[in-house]
Amino acid sequence: MRSNGNRLDHQIISQIIEPGSRVLDLGCGNGDLLYLLVKEKGARVQGIEANDVAISDCVKKGLSVYHGDLESGLTEYPDQSFDYVILNQSMQEVKRVDWLIQEALRAGNRVIVGFPNFAYLQARIMLFLKGKAPITRSLPYRWDNTPNVRFLSIADFRDFCRGKDLIIQQEYFLGGNRQIHLWPNLFGLNAIFVVSKNRRKSKE
Amino acid sequence: MQMDTKQNLGIVETRYFTFANPPNELLLESERSLGPITLAYETYGKLNRGKTNAILVAHALSGDAHAAGFHEGEKTPGWWDSMIGPGKAFDTNRYFVISSNVVGGCKGSTGPSSLNPKTGKPYGLDFPVITIADMVKAQRHLVDSLGIEKLLSVAGGSMGGMQVLQWVASYGERLRSAIPIATALKHSPQQIAFDEVVRQSIMGDPAWRQGNYYEFGQPEKGLAVARMIGHITFMSDQSMEEKFSRKLKNGHYSFQFGADFEVEGYLRHRGDNFVRRFDANSYLYITKAMDYFDLSGGRLIPNGHTPQTRFLVISFKSDWLYPSYQSQDIVRELKGKHADATYCELPSTYGHDAFLLEVEEQTTLIRHFLDKTLNGYQVADGYEI
Repeated sequence: MRSNGNRLDHQIISQIIEPGSRVLDLGCGNGDLLYLLVKEKGARVQGIEANDVAISDCVKKGLSVYHGDLESGLTEYPDQSFDYVILNQSMQEVKRVDWLIQEALRAGNRVIVGFPNFAYLQARIMLFLKGKAPITRSLPYRWDNTPNVRFLSIADFRDFCRGKDLIIQQEYFLGGNRQIHLWPNLFGLNAIFVVSKNRRKSKE
Repeated sequence: MQMDTKQNLGIVETRYFTFANPPNELLLESERSLGPITLAYETYGKLNRGKTNAILVAHALSGDAHAAGFHEGEKTPGWWDSMIGPGKAFDTNRYFVISSNVVGGCKGSTGPSSLNPKTGKPYGLDFPVITIADMVKAQRHLVDSLGIEKLLSVAGGSMGGMQVLQWVASYGERLRSAIPIATALKHSPQQIAFDEVVRQSIMGDPAWRQGNYYEFGQPEKGLAVARMIGHITFMSDQSMEEKFSRKLKNGHYSFQFGADFEVEGYLRHRGDNFVRRFDANSYLYITKAMDYFDLSGGRLIPNGHTPQTRFLVISFKSDWLYPSYQSQDIVRELKGKHADATYCELPSTYGHDAFLLEVEEQTTLIRHFLDKTLNGYQVADGYEI
């Protein structure tokens, strides 16, 4: 059964992307998001994925994917090869986050980052009242089996962008099945940011 | 998934195409010319009216035109029968598959064992040294003769993969897609070294007689050892352990130099069989062609050019003869040129032989890749994913 088109984060990303854009999805998984972008936006898409079974799923959908890890997959692309580089639910699994985002902004014009919010209310309660590492709908893993190596909140990511002189062009916050507008760092399970380089400054 | 029932092709026949008749000989990369040239080839399936469904399959070092189906009276099918046929990866219900032998070979195509029209005797070492580009140039003449302007795909493993890459470099505008498997942009020093040991084994056999052995018989010992070396490089440490371990043929050591271990018996058997089916000089010429092959450094796709060809690059984890890093070199070239491409390193313990043996996963990738190439994205809707 096809499951794409139902995920809120995929719908939001699809709304962000202009028709016909060149898109690279780093950690594209089974290709649901890329397939949606092809169908709804006529995007020219390429995926990078580390799991060979997921690559088969992508090829079944007609998608083109490179087998490789996220960190080595980008460097071979010439500058500005893509309109968008997507890091949806994959950035938190990468050690060299700063380098990866800079690389993504070299290979692409804008980067779309989607990540789970570590400061979500339930996570705060688990840590504060129970004294346990948070397990939430967006952070479903136990400490000993999580693929995540970076734990950040929405506020952390805004700080990060400010510190690196990145422009936040758009931001979206997601509850279970709807968008959140009030106190996102408390009520948002996931966040999606669209960031770009501060080109005016970097030219000086 | 809608997978047609797999069937066999039944009885097939090799056909022959002759061209480059003097004075229109084929100009080779060495600047020597060769003609007339005969290519042995087979076809499976039907060419559609628009001639848009033709796929060329290229073979490896010791392969031939007989890729699938059975020859009359034979019990073993062609070398890629598991992949070519109705309902298989290269589905002959949908595609017209052409399998061509290479020039320089000894399976019905012009090579060093063919008669030199100028002398009436076998060419031997008078046969010009050929390259992968020459093989592909000859194949292009075959494809022309079939009236096919654009191939849906060209596919092959190992040296077959080199031919695929050469097609991209020489005639990229005539390909809608390319499937190079377990191959490389160039031979590494290690690969050249193995080939040189292979050649020395043949040329060091006194029966080789500077290549003029045709009235006397093959340099059997040298050719057999050459093939034994080859077979070691086609397997992996793990696949040899699983297949032979240290098993003994007779259950005990003989304390002589006979074949005590099963692996020894296997290699001897393979070597002896090979002598009966392959020409020693062809082995020299073809290994040389592989060693000369080099499309690195931007020669695969011209700079400033975005290829219209789609790519499916496949490598295998345990292949140490054509390691995955060589396929990743191909991928690097493709990324730099913004090619539409898929790369997958498949898990396998078979070593280089995997491209002949890992049928299921290759089938999934190739079937869907070809579907997309022919029909675009809408085809994916037809599959239950």
